Amino acid sequence: MSSATYDAPVRGWVRFAAPVVVGLLMIGVWILVVDVLDAAPRALPSPIAIVEEFILRFGIIWEDMMITATNALTGLLVGSIVAIVLAALAATFRPIDGMLAPLVASIAVVPIVALTPILNTMFGASSQFGRLSVAAIAAFVPVFVNVLRGLRQTRPVHRDLLRASAATSMQTFRVLTLPTALPYLLTGLRIASSIAVIAALVAEYFGGPADGIGTAIATYAKSGRASLAFAYVAGGIAIGLALFLVMSLLERAVSRRKPV
Amino acid sequence: MTTEFAVRASGVGKTFPTKAGDVVALTEVELTVSAGEFVSLIGPSGCGKSTLLRLIADLDSATTGELEIFGKPAAKARIDQDYGIAFQQAGLLPWRTVGGNIALPLELHGMAKPARAKRVADLAELVGLTDFIDRYPDQLSGGMQQRVAIARSLAEQPRLLLMDEPFGALDEMTREYLQGELTRIAKETGAAVVFVTHSIPEAVFLSDRVVVMSPRPGRITEIVTTDLGEVRDETLRESPEYFTRVTAVREALHGAPVERANER
Repeated sequence: MSSATYDAPVRGWVRFAAPVVVGLLMIGVWILVVDVLDAAPRALPSPIAIVEEFILRFGIIWEDMMITATNALTGLLVGSIVAIVLAALAATFRPIDGMLAPLVASIAVVPIVALTPILNTMFGASSQFGRLSVAAIAAFVPVFVNVLRGLRQTRPVHRDLLRASAATSMQTFRVLTLPTALPYLLTGLRIASSIAVIAALVAEYFGGPADGIGTAIATYAKSGRASLAFAYVAGGIAIGLALFLVMSLLERAVSRRKPV
Repeated sequence: MTTEFAVRASGVGKTFPTKAGDVVALTEVELTVSAGEFVSLIGPSGCGKSTLLRLIADLDSATTGELEIFGKPAAKARIDQDYGIAFQQAGLLPWRTVGGNIALPLELHGMAKPARAKRVADLAELVGLTDFIDRYPDQLSGGMQQRVAIARSLAEQPRLLLMDEPFGALDEMTREYLQGELTRIAKETGAAVVFVTHSIPEAVFLSDRVVVMSPRPGRITEIVTTDLGEVRDETLRESPEYFTRVTAVREALHGAPVERANER
């Protein structure tokens, strides 16, 4: 056996263990500073207190998590569908590409969150629609950019091959263009999934209904219940992580085969 | 019945418009390829050999002249799948297995699944890849990928095979092996072959006729008939006739007899 096959499991094990060790170390230092040395400001609770709060109040945290997650997911879905449709149009018709390019560029540079107070006022304080649309707009940009790129990655030799095989344009799209673009779509979705969660959460800081992870963090941080606020932050991280994980797995499943 | 022509080109030319003015890639091409004949196109870069192949394949259209494939216009021949084609890059779809790649043309033309599986198995056997049918292209060597591409080009049992430097990116050993395989396959299928190459020995070894082309503007300067008979095996590579033909093609390429030190 070569040394490479011998080394592989060891390297895999280290790669898994290294971040865990770093994480444990950081929590250890955190506990040391807060609980043992008692040297932290009041706003920084002990990780143990945060975990306790998280377990104790899991019911309400979960409820708010679902609200923020639903906003993020719906936003991601709507933003992505619009992005895919527009990217397909832009890839097919040059003039549409010319029309959309400056629009997308301007959406990309606008801090979407800055629009939130306006959108919240527009759709009323009892509607989730403002938050949802913020998540949708935020998710739109990476999906659009990546899909458009993906749709243009077909190689000349493959296009020649399909033309030589007398493939119809629908067949070419199904057999070549779509599978070529798929890894790009999933990269876009993976990036968009994190952004959508952040956008949906941050949007809650700027009004709208009194629910969701972001609202709760703001409320409890202001009222001095730091460990509960941090427990909510953990809930927010969990949403982002879950979405990101699902998307990463999807992406890996699809892009196993690299072009030759 | 008269002798059937696989390809008949008369006065074929191709001009590419560019910003700096028109570039004549090909001019006044007169060429016929009989059914079952093996013809190589050889010449330096820019002589239009690949362009000519692309015109025959209807991947580009001729600016002037007439081009007939089995008596039909090139576009009709492409739609009817009268030819199969292989390129310098194997051009396999990386997300499909070897079998899936070979099956692609059959799938596009709506062949039923059982018949398709049978045909794919036959083709894989023809190119010696039966054991690799479920592998993905990135698990194969360059030579094996090229064999998959050749199997795919034969999928629709074409009477004409178009090949654009298919062995250009391979090492010498693989190359010679695949040349032998190709002559065998061409004989077994009875297909005519138009083969673009820039290797003189390769052209001579494979072909019934070698079409010598030259650039600026791209045109045919000479056609060398090899007369090396039906059997193309390794002994041929060392026979005097073979060397004579290689010399003939080389001289046609250089436009003048090559004088060698030991032949004064």
